[in-house]
Amino acid sequence: MTIQESKYAIEAHGMSVFYGAFRAVKGVTLGIEKNRITALIGPSGCGKSTVLRSFNRMNDLIAGARTEGEVLYRGQNLYAPDVDAVQVRRNIGMVFQKPNPFPKSIYDNIAYGPRINGWRGSKSELDELVERALRDAALWDEVKDDLKKSGLAISGGQQQRLCIARALAVEPEVILMDEPCSALDPISTLKIEELMFELRQNYTICIVTHNMQQASRASDYTAFFLMDRQDRAGQLIEYGSTDQIFQSPRDNRTEQYISGRFG
Amino acid sequence: MIPSSSTGRLPQGREVNANVARRQRYGKAWEYLLLTSTLLGLVVLVLLIFNIVNDAFGAIATQSSVEVESLTGGRDLEELSQAELIAILEAELRSRVLRNLEREQPLVEREQANLIDLINTEIVKPEIVAIYPLNRFLFERSAIEAQLAAEFPRAELSFKSWLSGNFITNPMSSDPLKAGVRTAILGSLWLLSLTILIAFPLGIGAAIYLEEYKNEKPFDERSSLGKRANALITRAAGLIETNIYNLSGVPSIIYGILGLAIFVRALETITSGSIFGGSDTTANGRTILSAALTMTLLILPVVIISSQEAIRAVPSSLRQASYGLGATKWQTIWNIVLPNAMPGILTGTILAVSRAIGETAPLIVIGASTFIVTDPEGLFSKFTVLPIQIYNWTSRPQEEFRAIAAAAIMVLLTILVTLNATAIILRNYLRSKRVG
Amino acid sequence: MTDQVTVSSATQPRRAISAKIVQLQRRPRIGETIIQVVLFFCGFVSIFTTIGIVYVLFQESLSFFADPEVSLSEFFTKTVWQPQIGEFGILPLVNATLLTSFIAMLVALPLGIGMAIYLSEYASLRLRSTLKPIIELLAGIPTVVYGYFALTFVTPALRDLFGRDTVSIYNNLSAGLVVGILITPMIATLSEDALSAVPSSLRQASFGLGATRWETAIHIVVPAALSGIIAAAIIAMSRAVGETMVVALAAGASPNFTWNPFQPAETMTGHIARISGGDLSYGSIDYRSIFAIGLVLFFVTLILNIASRQIVRRFREVYE
Repeated sequence: MTIQESKYAIEAHGMSVFYGAFRAVKGVTLGIEKNRITALIGPSGCGKSTVLRSFNRMNDLIAGARTEGEVLYRGQNLYAPDVDAVQVRRNIGMVFQKPNPFPKSIYDNIAYGPRINGWRGSKSELDELVERALRDAALWDEVKDDLKKSGLAISGGQQQRLCIARALAVEPEVILMDEPCSALDPISTLKIEELMFELRQNYTICIVTHNMQQASRASDYTAFFLMDRQDRAGQLIEYGSTDQIFQSPRDNRTEQYISGRFG
Repeated sequence: MIPSSSTGRLPQGREVNANVARRQRYGKAWEYLLLTSTLLGLVVLVLLIFNIVNDAFGAIATQSSVEVESLTGGRDLEELSQAELIAILEAELRSRVLRNLEREQPLVEREQANLIDLINTEIVKPEIVAIYPLNRFLFERSAIEAQLAAEFPRAELSFKSWLSGNFITNPMSSDPLKAGVRTAILGSLWLLSLTILIAFPLGIGAAIYLEEYKNEKPFDERSSLGKRANALITRAAGLIETNIYNLSGVPSIIYGILGLAIFVRALETITSGSIFGGSDTTANGRTILSAALTMTLLILPVVIISSQEAIRAVPSSLRQASYGLGATKWQTIWNIVLPNAMPGILTGTILAVSRAIGETAPLIVIGASTFIVTDPEGLFSKFTVLPIQIYNWTSRPQEEFRAIAAAAIMVLLTILVTLNATAIILRNYLRSKRVG
Repeated sequence: MTDQVTVSSATQPRRAISAKIVQLQRRPRIGETIIQVVLFFCGFVSIFTTIGIVYVLFQESLSFFADPEVSLSEFFTKTVWQPQIGEFGILPLVNATLLTSFIAMLVALPLGIGMAIYLSEYASLRLRSTLKPIIELLAGIPTVVYGYFALTFVTPALRDLFGRDTVSIYNNLSAGLVVGILITPMIATLSEDALSAVPSSLRQASFGLGATRWETAIHIVVPAALSGIIAAAIIAMSRAVGETMVVALAAGASPNFTWNPFQPAETMTGHIARISGGDLSYGSIDYRSIFAIGLVLFFVTLILNIASRQIVRRFREVYE
């Protein structure tokens, strides 16, 4: 598989992730295309979340975690010694499995990112940014009258969209989503999926999901991961357009998983 | 049933009922015994409080060297005019005493209340001949009165609350009727504030390090020197944790010995304030500052351990959310971790501080003053605190001092209850503010 | 903190995002480094404290033993402590400390463990939430108040009970009993923690075999939590040895080598408090002697604490 420089936002080359002596993921080579939605699927324990978290160095926060191989972002290896994890996360944002708004007001949740990143601008400009982030996350109409309300006082689906808005406010290029809908009801899930399609115009999205319908509905590309029986390390089995993966998988194991025979 | 050749068997039929009933009775008996031991705690608490209240209130029997009635012809002092009061003074006092009084302020210029005071202290001279605790005053009054009538026929029995407004605002005195805890309260408050001021940032700082930075590798792992330095730092962090645990078990009097040798003596030029110029030269190193530093070391382990628990309780999902937005470590700690841990940190710290305010032994060792009448003025003042006064008064044999010790204990317990209530209110307020 | 948003104005067109310059290189964050160093030294204060304690105790003790009046072997073997005539045998002080601590443990062990078992195995949630604060309240009362209680309540009661001729005004029994009351909450809360940590599946298994509540508590739960309870007892013992105010007020103010609990006898802590409470001239032999006593006290409590921690550690391993 040859990877063209311009096409991909993030490229992994032979990436392996270790937790202490245990290799959780081995030899992943994968490109995340710009302005597209890429879904990482696979049974639990297959390392898909680990792969996602290695794209913005969130694994650094786990004691004993170590990454080998290359992850390229704009031609730079994220794991080069002189690269700063904080800088990486500024450009590659993340939305987590469970909605995790800060126990602050809705407004302060959104403004937190810009503020810590050295926001230079007036109060009214920040107001504008907050509004824009909330609009982009399709939450503005629901919360515009009580921005002072605690971020914990809204529904789970709204909380997750608040977390997306919060990620948007630092204007990242890539948004990583780690099973963002697993804690939500079907209606909230649908809203988030619609939102992802909207966001695709301006952002690159990579989403981990264990819900195959979601992957088939809401993504352009799909990567299928599976745990190696022998060394229990996750590996990439197949990668392609979502249509191809779901309609004519090349690998036998992919087909088995998609047709629901395991996982 | 398992076929067996042995004759052992479980109880059958009615035997079972009897067996279970017996075991239940046995268990019940133990349950009541355990309940008794638990309630004993309650009994002790009640006895403790009863004992203090009983001593802090009660009755005194006073006897005057001259009867007021004999001076005034049966009238009360309050009914007399100024001239009549002066006449009594001039008739009863020796000329030298009178001259001294005139020199302070001429009698004619003095107000009526002042003159009555003079007559009371200079002529009537009421003296306590006996004191009684509250329970005897209330329930054995006739016996007391009979005893008094026999021993001190002229004595008067009256209710006495040793805990009073004057007791709180008066400075120390060698006369138990005049002694108060003003100096001690001020000393305790000074010590409390200063200890918080030093221990709070130090303790939270250490807790943050141990919880958030312990696994951090500040040096470059690729060079062998950096690797060794990192290993050393990790080792040091582990050592700090074990050490904090051990320090929390060191008796408080040992901290007093440490404070005496280090803060009072070795660092005397700093703790006495002589290095900064103006200071109370008689204090040497036995100052509020030395006491606060000693107390800081004493409560630091507790502050650190409880702050660590509070920091650990902040969900890691919040930290991750913050890192995911490109926040640095310190930004995350300052903006997310600390505000969320603060209610827990404050509760733990205030509990630790309330331990410090009741501590006596280390302050005895570093040399708190037992008799001091001037208010503390700053870091370099000599000082006394409430527990020291309580200790001092309790260790005297006279009953009057025991009574004011009880009153001082009530003041101390009130401060402690206030502190703890503040901790609870503050915690609830911070919690509601963060979520509401 | 020095980071800057490249798109710094909210009015800039959105498309600019993909055109922004991306700079991933690590920049020195001096502020962050300074903070980390400062925090590290906050933690290091505790190490300095330990070094300070050990250094001070050893250094002054050395000069104490260097004094011609003092001999190391007599210090640990002689039964007379009378600084005025140059007799420095620590045994009377140790003896009184052991006696009060022993009486204290006699009171606190059954009481504290009984409370713990009742609270964790019998009490309803509501009763528990009433009783626990009372126990914590007892733990929060300053020790000097307990000292007052010992001298003005317990001692008179003992003298009424056993006779004024048998019981002195200052005696080790009163002090020991009150120290026992003082450490009971500690044993109770720590043991209760240990009992509550026993998995409820063990209790259910026992109930399932037809055991009564008491049988379950005494045959299953207490043995499973035994090391935690022992650890609690040891740490409470260390607290009793180091307790000062109660013994200083109630136990007596003269070293006395006796096992009679009705007699006055000064403990190690009581002696340190009395000597240093007076006009102590620095550098005198009296001054130095408190460091030697302090050193003995420090090691006794340290050993007890370490022993307690080792037992707790082993206990944790069982359940993981």
